[in-house]
Amino acid sequence: MNGQNIIEIQNLTKRYGSITAVDNLNLSISKGEIFGLLGPNGAGKTTTILMLMGLSEPTSGSISVAGLNPTREPIKVKRIVGYMPDSIGFYGDMTGRENLYYTAKLNRIPEERQDDLIDSLLAKVGLKDAADRKVREYSRGMRQRLGVADVLLKDPEVVFLDEPTLGLDPEGTAELLDIITELGKKEGKTVLISSHLLHQVQAICDRVGIFVKGKLVAAGTISELAQKIGGERAIEIKASPIEAFPSDVVRSMPGVNSISMQNDMIVIDGAGHELAPKIVRELVAQNMDIYHLKIRGSDLDDIYHRYFQEGGASSNG
Amino acid sequence: MDKLKDFLLKKFKSSSSEENSGGVKVVFIKELADQLSSIRCLILFALIALTGIVSFYSAASNIGAVSEDSGANFILIRLFATSGTSLPSFTWFLSLLGPLVGLSMGFDAINAEQNSGTLTRLLAQPIYRDDVINGKFLARLFILALMTFALGGFVAGMGIILTGVAPEGEEIVRLLIYLLLSIVYMAFWLALSMLFSVIFRQTATSALSGIALWLFLTIFLPIFAGMVADTLYPITDKADALTQLNNIRIAQGISRLSPSTLYSEAAITILSPSVRTLGPVLMEQAYGAIPGFLPLGQSLLLIWPHLTGLIAGTVIIFGITYTLFIRQEIRA
Ligand SMILES: Nc1ncnc2c1ncn2[C@@H]1O[C@H](COP(=O)(O)OP(=O)(O)OP(=O)(O)O)[C@@H](O)[C@H]1O
Ligand SMILES: [Mg+2]
Repeated sequence: MNGQNIIEIQNLTKRYGSITAVDNLNLSISKGEIFGLLGPNGAGKTTTILMLMGLSEPTSGSISVAGLNPTREPIKVKRIVGYMPDSIGFYGDMTGRENLYYTAKLNRIPEERQDDLIDSLLAKVGLKDAADRKVREYSRGMRQRLGVADVLLKDPEVVFLDEPTLGLDPEGTAELLDIITELGKKEGKTVLISSHLLHQVQAICDRVGIFVKGKLVAAGTISELAQKIGGERAIEIKASPIEAFPSDVVRSMPGVNSISMQNDMIVIDGAGHELAPKIVRELVAQNMDIYHLKIRGSDLDDIYHRYFQEGGASSNG
Repeated sequence: MDKLKDFLLKKFKSSSSEENSGGVKVVFIKELADQLSSIRCLILFALIALTGIVSFYSAASNIGAVSEDSGANFILIRLFATSGTSLPSFTWFLSLLGPLVGLSMGFDAINAEQNSGTLTRLLAQPIYRDDVINGKFLARLFILALMTFALGGFVAGMGIILTGVAPEGEEIVRLLIYLLLSIVYMAFWLALSMLFSVIFRQTATSALSGIALWLFLTIFLPIFAGMVADTLYPITDKADALTQLNNIRIAQGISRLSPSTLYSEAAITILSPSVRTLGPVLMEQAYGAIPGFLPLGQSLLLIWPHLTGLIAGTVIIFGITYTLFIRQEIRA
């Protein structure tokens, strides 16, 4: 095993009867990395996480989490890995605090440390006031917050979060993203997040992997992925006055394929990265005010849709 | 049988290895608290306690007739198996309602947690799956034992006061054996309901399956046994002794497939030392037999097959439950 990679997945396959949920997956994640797992519904993200936790047995292939095999040494893996399931459940007739105490006991956290630890975690996720209410009375988002506290309780080395922002309000989402970033950047924990919210993933993940139908169709940093699908990138610009736009000059720049208007935006198709500064300079020279400029394809939205279309072309288009 | 051996071996290994997670204790305590605070559990205990106490009381008020019949020996424990003037015996009620207690405790042991999503979270903690199923079973078993001894102790105390007779040593031993037998009987149904809770995803389905099986085994099977016996060996006016004997044997054989028959037979034997045999008795066998009480050892010998049958049934069913749970796909 590579000492750098805390998670190492090789040729991992999981079949449920005739359905192949995960198809020959290869992936390494290094220590301290925040990795985003993207993909449409049913792509196999949850299945992969379950196998990493040793909660589900792979049909074939090998997994190593911190040098441990989750199928053979599930307890050791579960000691260092925190997992927040996508449909997280708590005991409804116990209070939030009682639920956390149960988790603490299961993790054999010394009794004298439990009180402080639980108090501080409840404060961290903003549940201080609701801590002694029955979980039955919690809202969806409150449960989710409790889930975050529950995962952090064992002070995990590696954290798997399956759609952690589901049901959180904008503030809760921002707080959670802060917590995750802190885990990764400050505490050097490895975080694996599955999510459908691309902007959040883009904001906090070091690398992302895109799953389609059980296959990892792409993995890397966002700029790497953007580079890979490059070639057809376009620049969109909002500027005024629109009449001042020097279309002839721009058209004659090397690398520009075409210019078009979409709504109130000028879209210049071509090699975006090299062109953008030149075009901006030109517009400024024309005394135009620039309100918006974006290189299409450098954004996770564009990358995702591109890969999704390629990977799922046969059925989802 | 191999599976059972595997299971026991594995148990032994996991409890002796240092990788023991200690999770079983934590699960046990949590489940215990859950059960003790559950209204369902309380209602059933109240039901059993009430019927038990009332039936015992009515038997005790009838004590004159009882002791006239067969002397005053072992009067206390005999009251457990004696019906009063208008009510069936304590044992009869327990044989009927005991299964319900077991069923009510276990029918949602696993699937309720699966449905609420707590099982995934529980299994993501550093404990073995064994710990979860064992902890749940042991906690419920503990409560069964607690209930049984509490009720048995209370009723026996009531008996002592009502009859004014202090129990002999052997009587106490017999009472303890009877209470243990009752626990095993209810544990059988507990194991069965936990099996259903692993097999069925819906708690309603597992509850109904348990009740259906309870109705079948406690009520229909004895009727069915009689029907089969009568078909095979019809008892008519001119039926000879052999036919009658076979009829009884078949009926008894079939109805002994039901745990409640096993329980009732064993309970009667242990509680009424005058019961000498559980099969049909021929005149020539009875001839010359000295009326009197069977010693404890002999009574035990008589119920040994019943007791081991019930225990083996419980262990096998729990073994199956255990194996299914360990192998279960967590999201299936
Ligand atoms: N118990 C099961 N039996 C059969 N097939 C299953 C089972 N669980 C999951 N699958 C299948 O495995 C595939 C992957 O499912 P998975 O839950 O991993 O997807 P996902 O990427 O997490 O999707 P989502 O974004 O909706 O959470 C799906 O096709 C699903 O139908
Ligand atoms: Mg999922």
